[in-house]
Amino acid sequence: MTKALTGYVQWTRKDLLSLEELSKEEIELVLHTAESFKEVSSREVKKVPALRGKTVANLFFESSTRTRTSFELAAKRLSADIINFSSSDSSSSKGESLRDTARNIEAMRVDTIVMRHPSSGSAEYLSRCLKAGVINAGDGIHEHPTQGLLDIFTIRERKISLQGLNVCLIGDILHSRVARSNIWGLKKMGAKVTVCGPPTLIPKNIEELGVEVSYDLDQVLPKQDVLNILRIQLERQSNAFFPSIREYAAEYGISNERMKKAKKDVMIMHPGPVNRGIELSGEVADGSQSVILEQVTNGVAVRMAVLFLTTLVER
Amino acid sequence: MTKLLLDAPSLQRALTRMAHEILEKNKGVEGLALIGIQTRGVILAQRLKKAVQEISGHEVPTGILDINLYRDDLTKVSEQPVIRKTVIDFDLDDQTIVLVDDVLYTGRTIRSALDALIDFGRPKKIELAVLIDRGHRELPIRADFVGKNVPTTENEIVHVRLTETDGQEEVVVSEK
Repeated sequence: MTKALTGYVQWTRKDLLSLEELSKEEIELVLHTAESFKEVSSREVKKVPALRGKTVANLFFESSTRTRTSFELAAKRLSADIINFSSSDSSSSKGESLRDTARNIEAMRVDTIVMRHPSSGSAEYLSRCLKAGVINAGDGIHEHPTQGLLDIFTIRERKISLQGLNVCLIGDILHSRVARSNIWGLKKMGAKVTVCGPPTLIPKNIEELGVEVSYDLDQVLPKQDVLNILRIQLERQSNAFFPSIREYAAEYGISNERMKKAKKDVMIMHPGPVNRGIELSGEVADGSQSVILEQVTNGVAVRMAVLFLTTLVER
Repeated sequence: MTKLLLDAPSLQRALTRMAHEILEKNKGVEGLALIGIQTRGVILAQRLKKAVQEISGHEVPTGILDINLYRDDLTKVSEQPVIRKTVIDFDLDDQTIVLVDDVLYTGRTIRSALDALIDFGRPKKIELAVLIDRGHRELPIRADFVGKNVPTTENEIVHVRLTETDGQEEVVVSEK
C-alpha cells in the first residue's frame, strides 16, 4: 500500500538501531501502531496471534529489569516465543565474542534479537553480522530508541502535537543514551529541546544537534511544557562530575518548591529507576503532573509495535 | 471496463432492508450489538445502527474491529498492513453480535474476525451482514444479511465507495 492510500509509509527495516536513522514518517507509523497495541493490553485476554511462531531473544549484557521485562511482555502479548540471555550466565563470560554469541542464537532460528550492550555502536555492528533483526535496547551512551519512542508517545497522548512544544532534558546528558534518542526523536517531531545540567555532564558541541543548552534550571524552567528528568547515575559518581549529591539536588533536583516556577500543566517524566530526593522529590514523582507510570504502560505498547513491524519484514 | 452495481439511493435502500431483516431475525434489539470491520465495515455498521434506531426507536451498541493482527497471511504478505484501532466498549458475553463488512469474498477476513471476537468474550450468537457478496469462498462461511449478491470472476475487483472515506457513494466492479 502506498502512503497516499493508508496515510502511512511502508515499514522496511528489520532492525531498529536508533532514532537518528528514522524519518518523521516512520516514527509516526510506530506511534500509530502502538496506539492500537495499547488497546490490546487493556483487554481481558491481553494477547493477539500476530507473531505466532516467531521467536525473539533478549540478549542483555548489562543488568536491566524493566526494559527486559517490557520487551518480554511485548513479545508474549504478540504470541511470539521469547528466550532470555544475560551476560552473567551466557558464554560471554567464557570469552566468546559478541558476533559468535549472536550467530549461535541465530542458528537456532531466532527471528529478532533485542540487545543491550555497554559499547556504543554494538547494535549497529550486530545488525550487519546477522540476517535476524536487531532491536537496540540501549548501546553504551549512544541510543535507547524504544525509550525515546515511548517518551514521544506519552507526550503526544497528553499534548496531542509536539510541534513547537518546549521539552527540557535535565541531568546527566553526557552518559545518557535516553537523552540522545529523545533529542533525535523530539527534534524530528517539531519540539524545541533544551538540555540542562551541570557543565561537567553536558557533552561539548551538543548544540550541533539543534538543542539549547542551559546550566541554570530556574532560568529555563518557566517556559517548559515537559520536563524529562534523567537518572543521576550514582555508580558513575566516583568520577566526581559534581561536588556532592546534596548540591546536585539543590541545583537541579525537581522539588515541590521548584515546581511553583513551572507551568501549571507541565508534564513530569522520568525513564526510571528514580532516585527519590535527588533528581526528583517523592511528592513530585507521585504528583498529578507525573506520567512516570504511564511511560511504563506505554513502553509495552511501543515495544509491541516495534517488534511487530521489524519481525514481519522479509529477511 | 467498469460496471455500476449500486448507486447512492439503491445503496441506502439495501441498508434499510438489511436493518429490517436484522430486526426481524432477532425479534427486536434485545441483546443485539453491531461490530464493523475496519475500514468501510465501520461506516456501514454506523449506518445500520442509525437505520435500526429509526425503525425500532432503540440504540444498539456498536463497536469497531481491526482484524489485521488475526490474519492468516501476516507473515506472507509483501506489504504490511497498517494496524488500526479496535474499540469494543461493551460486554460481548451472551449478546447477539452482527459483524458488518463491505465485501464478502474468500471469507478469510471473517475467519480472522471470528477469532478476534472470541478473544473478547463469548457471544450467544454471531451473525454476518455484508453489503456485497461476490462469491469465491475459500472457507465454509456464509452471510446472514446481504445487500446485493454479485456474480464475479476472480480477475475483477469490487469497489465500495462511501462518502466518509471516498467522497462518493457507489459500488462498482472493474477488471483488475
